[in-house]
Amino acid sequence: MAGMKPYPAAEKHMTPMGFPPARVENWQEKGVEKMGEMLKKYRSLQVFMDICVKCGSCTDKCHYYIGTGDPNNMPVQRAELMRKVYRRYFTPAGKILPGVVKAEEFDEKVLQEWVTYFHQCSQCRRCSVFCPYGIDTAEVTMAAREIMDSIGVGHKYSTEIIGKVHTLGNNLGIPAPALKSTLQFLEDDILDNTGHEVRLPLDEPGAEVMLVPPSADFFSEPHIQSLIGYAKVFHQAGISFTISSFASEAANFGMFIGSYDHKRKIAKRIADKARELKVKRIVVGECGHAWRVAYSFWNTLNGPFDFLDPRYPAPQHICEFTHDLLQRGALTLDKEANDPYVVTFHDSCNVARASRMGPNPGGQFEIPRELIKASCNRFVEMDEETIREKTFCCGGGGGLLTDELMDLRIKGVLPRVTALKQVMKKDGVNFLALICAICKAQFTKVLPMYKIPMETVGGVHQLVSNAIVLGAKKGIV
Amino acid sequence: MLMLIAYIALVTFVVGFGWRLWTYWLAPAPLKIPTTPAPVSKSGVAWRLFTEVAFFNSLFKGNKWTWVGGYAFHAALLLVALRHLRYFVPVPEVFSHMQIFGILAGLIMVGALGFLLVRRWYVPRTRHISSLADYGMLLLLLAIGGSGLLMTFCVRPDIVSIKEAMTGWITFQGFKTPEDALFVLHFLLVLLLLAIFPFSKLMHLGGIFFSPTRNQVDNPREERHVNPWAGN
Repeated sequence: MAGMKPYPAAEKHMTPMGFPPARVENWQEKGVEKMGEMLKKYRSLQVFMDICVKCGSCTDKCHYYIGTGDPNNMPVQRAELMRKVYRRYFTPAGKILPGVVKAEEFDEKVLQEWVTYFHQCSQCRRCSVFCPYGIDTAEVTMAAREIMDSIGVGHKYSTEIIGKVHTLGNNLGIPAPALKSTLQFLEDDILDNTGHEVRLPLDEPGAEVMLVPPSADFFSEPHIQSLIGYAKVFHQAGISFTISSFASEAANFGMFIGSYDHKRKIAKRIADKARELKVKRIVVGECGHAWRVAYSFWNTLNGPFDFLDPRYPAPQHICEFTHDLLQRGALTLDKEANDPYVVTFHDSCNVARASRMGPNPGGQFEIPRELIKASCNRFVEMDEETIREKTFCCGGGGGLLTDELMDLRIKGVLPRVTALKQVMKKDGVNFLALICAICKAQFTKVLPMYKIPMETVGGVHQLVSNAIVLGAKKGIV
Repeated sequence: MLMLIAYIALVTFVVGFGWRLWTYWLAPAPLKIPTTPAPVSKSGVAWRLFTEVAFFNSLFKGNKWTWVGGYAFHAALLLVALRHLRYFVPVPEVFSHMQIFGILAGLIMVGALGFLLVRRWYVPRTRHISSLADYGMLLLLLAIGGSGLLMTFCVRPDIVSIKEAMTGWITFQGFKTPEDALFVLHFLLVLLLLAIFPFSKLMHLGGIFFSPTRNQVDNPREERHVNPWAGN
């Protein structure tokens, strides 16, 4: 079927990444060797290869399985694509009785299955919630992609994007001068619309906060509305901030391809720039997988962040930042500004199941909801089975937000659409609030296929932006 | 001969199980990957693991029928194992009054295994993911349970000689093969289970405690987690 398999990366994408330019000659042997190496480096992989009992609890939990009905999209079966190779080469049972335990050689057929199905996983971790042993397919997918890269079988989309981050500092490949003029244009725009001089500074040393949004926030709709929201919050609170042109991207596609080194290198430029600009805090914008990397991995990859102000978490999510100000009374929000909207909230997968906000477990669910409720009068929840830790992925995460996988993305969004349509019908919902750049891009593109207007999609800080009363009172620091 | 097999199986189990756990222990966890919301303290993690092991929390969220079958089997297995203690070590008097629970559990265990077997075959999704080994494991456990129940209800073996043999076995003093054929079959099946244990999915028994998504504290910002192989 078309639109279900990724485009292969070419030499020009692979070489700068330090990957073989094309498939290496002895790829089978090399691939198995790499797997052996990774089993020793990742406890998760080693344990997850061994202990699945195939109870079936995960089989109906993946949005791609629900959308496609393809049995290889059952999480257990996806992991089995790797396990059958693992068994063949690394377990006595697979060496002696391959037929009994379903063990297979790493051959062309298996490799093609890997290319297809390890690019039909968005690393959303929903399966890991329901697994009695916490087996997380995201870990397996990342390992599979790393093994494939090591033998010269890469995915064009992610590889190309990482190249841009390394050279230009963001996924979209926006050079600093273009970014500068965009931000100036936005400042003028806000001035025209509100009469307030809200700033969006670039590369200004000595600012209190470095803001790291996803680069889509600079150019895409509705992302840009949230960027305006962040700027208004900073303005109203009286806290100086800056964006860095070379750290103008929160997203970290190094995670998508499972590469520790690229993940670290991509994250490092943010830590470096924060030091260079002498900021005291780092705040990350509305971006799901980015927040996972920032929250869970930054400290390990490039820590310690002891040069930042210890009174604030490092890094801090923009929702945590705004929520904190709200609680301290620094912001005035006029809920009526959002009266045209009946709002519901989609928990982004990696925020929900791979991170936290605030001091308490589950803060990642409560804090964005509290911001929404403070910004609008009408808020309703979608079906309980589809929110919070059980939330569905938008269908475009994990390096799949690319046109060649459009059919997959349309199918993958199905469970979320079903729940959304329910509340649209029952409660008149007309605004889907989000805190992830990928969710926003995916939903604006695929919801219209289900006859849901793209204007339904927006950011949490878009609502804050609508509601915030500029000049209401002096903010506090 | 039986004695030789019994010792080979026992040693395979002990060494093999230890070797797998050692492998898990040696493999580092480079990054913090708990499935969140996760506990923010060590005691919270201990509680999370306890509830997983004692109540199968995540499975309960995932599939109620599988939980019923799986939980009934494991709980019954525990009671059956406790009932079997008296064949290996001296047990307090009170245990002899509680045999009835062990016997009941034996019935439940075999029933639950039957249910899990039927379900594995009957539900298209689980049938698709199953290998011969998955069915084989259920059949082996059913055969062990079945032969045990037969001894309890139909063909009573000579408990005294069996107890003597089992005590000799686990204290490495050797033993004489008991005469009851049914017992020998039951025992051989258990030995087979022990021998394949470390090389099979039964390693979930030890592996769950090493699963990073369940055993890690959610505190990456508060406490720096160091990756041992990253060199910083």
